[in-house]
Amino acid sequence: MATKHEKDWPLWEIFIQSKRGLDHKHVGSLHAADAQMAVENARDVYTRRGEGNSIWAVRASDIHASRPEDQGAFFDPADDKVYRHPTFYPMPEGVKYI
Amino acid sequence: MSAQDNEALFQQRVDDEQKVEPRDWMPAEYRKNLVRQISQHAHSEVVGMLPEGNWITRAPSLRRKAILLAKVQDEAGHGLYLYSAAETLGTGRDEMIDQLLAGKAKYSSIFNYPSLTWADIGAIGWLVDGAAIINQVMLCRTSYGPYSRAMVRICKEESFHNRQGYDILVTLCKGTPAQKAMAQDALDRWWWPSLMMFGPSDKDSPHSAQSMKWKIKRQGNDELRQVFIDRTVPQAELIGLKVPDPKLKWNESTQHYDWGEINWEEFHQVIQGNGPCNAERMAARRKAHAEGAWVREAALAYAEKKAKRKAA
Repeated sequence: MATKHEKDWPLWEIFIQSKRGLDHKHVGSLHAADAQMAVENARDVYTRRGEGNSIWAVRASDIHASRPEDQGAFFDPADDKVYRHPTFYPMPEGVKYI
Repeated sequence: MSAQDNEALFQQRVDDEQKVEPRDWMPAEYRKNLVRQISQHAHSEVVGMLPEGNWITRAPSLRRKAILLAKVQDEAGHGLYLYSAAETLGTGRDEMIDQLLAGKAKYSSIFNYPSLTWADIGAIGWLVDGAAIINQVMLCRTSYGPYSRAMVRICKEESFHNRQGYDILVTLCKGTPAQKAMAQDALDRWWWPSLMMFGPSDKDSPHSAQSMKWKIKRQGNDELRQVFIDRTVPQAELIGLKVPDPKLKWNESTQHYDWGEINWEEFHQVIQGNGPCNAERMAARRKAHAEGAWVREAALAYAEKKAKRKAA
């Protein structure tokens, strides 16, 4: 994502779970020399007000992303399968609990 | 796709209020403009720690000290959120910091004014952060996704800053005549520089029109400045402070305050490096950066050593 600079610490993407039972959500990034420092720095910058109880730190260079310019073709297979949605099926009048 | 098609698609996305994300195609000028604006904003957060850090050891009580420390720590965090947002545009943080330290990048002119008394810490939180909030609330709706998300995060934290500053002045205004005079003096010195924070009038602002079209900015400098004045004047009156503008007057027909003239010559002088503290601020940043070099190198060397040991 960012340009690679030799003198800067590696970039980490930070994910926070705000409370038990919820997903970890991407909150931003930071630089850290190693994983432990990434987690500790994430605690100091992204959870100063009880925003979370679990932190994931992932090296930005380890994230693989889909390409926005291919978006149309890439997601196309899902577009023509309307029968995957419950609203595709007409239900008889008066039917309940379905 | 041709460059023109790309540009039209991009503008369409912006017009449709869809956010632009890091890997999307964007005009080179949009990218450049954003890196400039976001990095300036980040530098402002970082340099902004200096006038307040100046008072951490001299805060009048342990409670005030702990609060100020927390606020300054927030500012460091805000700098980090913003550098991160700018980095998604492909410019490294070290590159941005190098530009600041080389004197090639700007930061908010307000931080080139000195914090002479404890009341100044109140005025900074109340006025400087108050002005920043108005600008930042607008930027929550900026077209660039990572910038917008950083702004949402920052705005959540800023109202603490704003209130703690006002609280300092409320307390001083309830104190001895000398304490109240100190609060008034702080307002006298910080009022006009705070109004300058919104930047030149739109008609003289070089980046305004294009930034509005790209929805980097959503409201003009003059409009935001007026919002700030309308909000802040009653807050001053409530605690018995007088805003240092003889032309300030409520206008019943416009439902806004009429007010005087900003000294733009002063603004340009400070921007060009001739403010009271420009040299001091830059010297402090350079010193901190140079003195931290060994820490940055040592941490990296330690991480490499550990990684090697693990691999072996």
